[in-house]
Amino acid sequence: MSLASNIFRTSLGRKYLMALSGAGLFGFVVVHMLGNLTIFAGPAAINQYAAKLHSMGPLLWIARLGLLMMVGIHIWTAIKLASENKRARQFQYEGTIEPVDIHRKNDIVSRYAARTMIYSGLIIAAFAFYHLAHYTWKVPQINGLDADFETFYVHEEDNGEKQITAYTTAMPIGEGAEGENAVDVYRMVTTGFGVWWISIFYVISIGLLCIHLSHGLSAMFQSLGFKTKASQKLINRFACTAAWLLFAGYVSVPISILLGFVK
Amino acid sequence: MNLKLRVWRQDNAEEAGGFEEYEALDISPDMSFLEMLDVVNEDIIADGEEPIAFDSDCREGICGTCSMVINGVPHGGQQGTTACQLHMRHFSDGDTIVIEPWRATAFPVHRDLIVDRTSFERIQQAGGFISVRTGSVPDANATPVPKEDSDLAMDAAQCIGCGACVAACKNASAMLFVAAKVSHLSLMPQGQPERTRRAFSMVNQMDEEGFGNCTVTGSCEAVCPKEISLDFIARMNREYGRALLKKGCS
Amino acid sequence: MATKKKKNIPKAKAVKKTSRRSKLILDSKIPDGPIAEKWDKHRFNLKLVNPANKRKYEVIVVGSGLAGASAAASLGELGYNVKCFCYQDSPRRAHSIAAQGGINAAKNYQNDGDSAYRLFYDTVKGGDYRSREANVYRLAQVSVDIIDQCAAQGVPFAREYGGLLANRSFGGAQVSRTFYARGQTGQQLLLGAYSSLNRQISLGKVEMHTRSEMLDVVIVDGHAKGIVVRNMITGEISRHSAHAVVLATGGYGNVFFLSTNAMGCNVTAAYRAYKRGACFANPCFTQIHPTCIPVSGDHQSKLTLMSESLRNDGRVWVPKDKKIAEKIRKGEVKPNDIADKDRDYFLERKYPSFGNLVPRDVASRNAKEVCDEGRSVVSSGLGVYLDFADAIKRMGENTVRERYGNLFDMYEKITGSNAYQNPMTIYPAVHYTMGGLWVDYNLMSNLPGLFAIGEANFSDHGANRLGASALMQGLADGYFVLPYTIGQYLAENGIDNRPSIDDTAFSNVQEQVESRIDTLLTINGERTPTSFHRELGKVMWDKCGMARNKKGLEEALRKIPKLRKEFWQNLSVPGENAALNQSLEHAGRVADFLEFGELMCRDALQREESCGGHFREEHQTPEGEAKRNDDNFSYVSAWEHKGEKKIPQLHKESLVYDEVKMTQRSYK
Repeated sequence: MSLASNIFRTSLGRKYLMALSGAGLFGFVVVHMLGNLTIFAGPAAINQYAAKLHSMGPLLWIARLGLLMMVGIHIWTAIKLASENKRARQFQYEGTIEPVDIHRKNDIVSRYAARTMIYSGLIIAAFAFYHLAHYTWKVPQINGLDADFETFYVHEEDNGEKQITAYTTAMPIGEGAEGENAVDVYRMVTTGFGVWWISIFYVISIGLLCIHLSHGLSAMFQSLGFKTKASQKLINRFACTAAWLLFAGYVSVPISILLGFVK
Repeated sequence: MNLKLRVWRQDNAEEAGGFEEYEALDISPDMSFLEMLDVVNEDIIADGEEPIAFDSDCREGICGTCSMVINGVPHGGQQGTTACQLHMRHFSDGDTIVIEPWRATAFPVHRDLIVDRTSFERIQQAGGFISVRTGSVPDANATPVPKEDSDLAMDAAQCIGCGACVAACKNASAMLFVAAKVSHLSLMPQGQPERTRRAFSMVNQMDEEGFGNCTVTGSCEAVCPKEISLDFIARMNREYGRALLKKGCS
Repeated sequence: MATKKKKNIPKAKAVKKTSRRSKLILDSKIPDGPIAEKWDKHRFNLKLVNPANKRKYEVIVVGSGLAGASAAASLGELGYNVKCFCYQDSPRRAHSIAAQGGINAAKNYQNDGDSAYRLFYDTVKGGDYRSREANVYRLAQVSVDIIDQCAAQGVPFAREYGGLLANRSFGGAQVSRTFYARGQTGQQLLLGAYSSLNRQISLGKVEMHTRSEMLDVVIVDGHAKGIVVRNMITGEISRHSAHAVVLATGGYGNVFFLSTNAMGCNVTAAYRAYKRGACFANPCFTQIHPTCIPVSGDHQSKLTLMSESLRNDGRVWVPKDKKIAEKIRKGEVKPNDIADKDRDYFLERKYPSFGNLVPRDVASRNAKEVCDEGRSVVSSGLGVYLDFADAIKRMGENTVRERYGNLFDMYEKITGSNAYQNPMTIYPAVHYTMGGLWVDYNLMSNLPGLFAIGEANFSDHGANRLGASALMQGLADGYFVLPYTIGQYLAENGIDNRPSIDDTAFSNVQEQVESRIDTLLTINGERTPTSFHRELGKVMWDKCGMARNKKGLEEALRKIPKLRKEFWQNLSVPGENAALNQSLEHAGRVADFLEFGELMCRDALQREESCGGHFREEHQTPEGEAKRNDDNFSYVSAWEHKGEKKIPQLHKESLVYDEVKMTQRSYK
């Protein structure tokens, strides 16, 4: 078999792909969260950050493409592996798991996160799609508001005379255009998460993402062959801590908005 | 004690199977689980019926022949114990015990609780060996093996090939088995020349047999009668990565 | 039923009717010359098969344990086309796997004065001077190659920190020559042989047939030329022809029903060969292992052995008083409550210098003796204590745990009792059979073309096998003896000497096999194969077990034919042949055990001496030790089948000892 088929067509090769794409996506999730957190530094910070990203032009598109590819590989391998898994085990046991050493039940029944990776993953994918539609493509019909995020822009230049502060002063609705003016991310986010059910959906999805990561982050080390009994504890702790930190970081935004800490 | 058994009965690979209920009466706590089945079978034969077919041979936990899922757990769930070494004192009077064969597409049922594990054979035939010809070998002490490596190789080599790992895995993955074999040979200096080739051929054969993939749930390690560690799966992944790099660079 | 059976028998006879066998001479073909040069010289004199011609030869190997797998792999490597058969679902599961202790080899890695000669000497002496010198010397010679071979296969032997191989000492030797891989040397060596076998399977040189049971051997013009096999999944009976047939089918310990053998171990292959004309040698030589877990009840299906090493620190005892023993059996008194003065440490008392470390046969017999006196400590009446209380006091529980932890765990798993707190109970059990098919120096039986290797032959262990020698012999035969010696027979007989499976000899044998299966299935009696097996086992154990006497053996010789008669009239085997049918498999094996048991008793009866594992109560020293009779019994008894209901004929191969001086063993 060729190198490519040894990677793409074997179980272990695909696990490598899954682990590496997962690692990339984890990196994205971390950076994205750090970006989100700039909201607590006020509108200027987050809008400026967004503007900087947008100004990168082709680089941004390369990053986006890379991200898309990773998502594609991650989902493709996941579906491929899951369907193989299903085929490999078509019968379920009738006996409920009741080991003779009953205290070992928890070892034998695998962790919830591990058992449900494909489901949490697919729901996260659906959420990510919605999230893109919500804030990136700005489809007005799904934001639960009368507002159209497409119209949220800010002034970029500091013009003391007209009392305009850069990146914080909203342009009136109708003014500003895609590509020419900076997007008022701050307003978009605070308005967007002002809708309680959207925030709840968001929190739940982030929760699933973190459950997914709590297993995925440790399994990644296993798939790449870095895990040993000695490092296992450390790796599991890292996965768990990272998942909780991400959860806290992401969820702090909608909660703060709903509770009125961020206006 | 008296027990109720729900046992999977199936005439052969083609026909559909189903559960049958049996009474196991006057069971002594000193019996092994398989001896309990022997007793039940004697009664079944006395009734002119065909006994429950199940695999067993050495009955001392080393040949890896016995294979049954007891109450949802391969080998019954006593730590580091095969079904043949499990004793009835772990059950109580009046219990209902569900007994099923290993469930995996790569392990089709031959009859009742007996499954076909020749897929394991083919994986090992694909590369689970060191190519040495009888007689054409150096003195055993000509190649020193660090004790740590040898001990670790022995940890892997303890695998008895029973297939409980596959049976326990929700994906019917054979990774723990293949990992034990790959690790054992790759840890020994004698296994180095064929290291890359072996990793590819055994993994490919494993895939071909229709085993599932590892989702690192750890059930395999928990039911393994020889308590083979999940570490070896990581080691096999590493071996495979190494093989990919070697192939990519060559 | 009876008529059907009768119909079956004359056919069997017809096939074997030759005048050749009445004048049977057993020629051991031992080469001349000094013992150390015999094998080299012989190897040089053996005919060779041209490499290009090897692929035109077919060899059948039955059994895939250490001997079978190593032979099949080595023959495949040489270029022969091999068909290998085993009843297990994988060659790796053969019962060689259960050997715990280790494998002997005269490597002298410990620099303690070991040599091939010393290993040879120990083995002949350990075998109580009933083995063939030349064969044993060869065994000792090739033992060193085995370790090299296995290490090269990647067997993870125990190592020292420097990376070199570690050794331990074992019973019957004063040097450390035993190589081991934790407590599972047998499994690791078998996995090594199995991996070589796998390589040959993948190369297409060996065709492996698993879950296949050999039911008969086919003789064409006096030569073994094939076998008839039942596929255990489909019931299909098939014929296989070859230039030579190798039996590596293990021992017959299961004739006792309860033994440390695997459930499937059986005598069928060897016994069928015997009925076709091969001589069966020394069937009464069986080895009893002293430290097994006692029988817990009638349901018991097999016995579990615990390493002999336990006797290094455990003390064997029973109460002095029968009445106390009875109270223990009833559970009224606990062993720990019995004062030291009321205990009888019988091995230490009788053998002050060896104490608890006397050889296997001596320890076993003494345990039986005290139990026969009514001083047993388990309710079945068969068990003595092996007490670690003193060892724990002396070196602490942790040290004991370090040394024997896994054995204590296993003991607890099986008995439910904690041996750190209560003494273990142990009792001897059948473990290994030294007897087997008679073979010459080339490992060929008296039937040309039929070879027997490993435990299935008789040659190397005499009347008693030393620990860690079974693995050595199996691999020696398979790797380093048979691959050479089989060439002689093949070269002599030529490529054309392989009949087609359409030959009438094949169809006759298949017919007989099928009609026998039919008979088993249509008796429609009341009793299961297991119940007959258990009953036979009890007779064998009582009359032909650890201690034998004329009266008992004669009684057994009356009982067994009766039981056999009942078997053929009152057996119940449900199901059909054309499916996986475990009762049928078992019934066929029990049928052969029922005949073989008689042969064993006959052999034990004619051997009017005590030697090794064979203890005749009439022949003991005043102190109760085994008393050999070298003048009259220094021979191999080889039994020739003379037909159904006829008494088999005894042939004697006298044993000549040029190298080793015969002495009486003493462990006082």
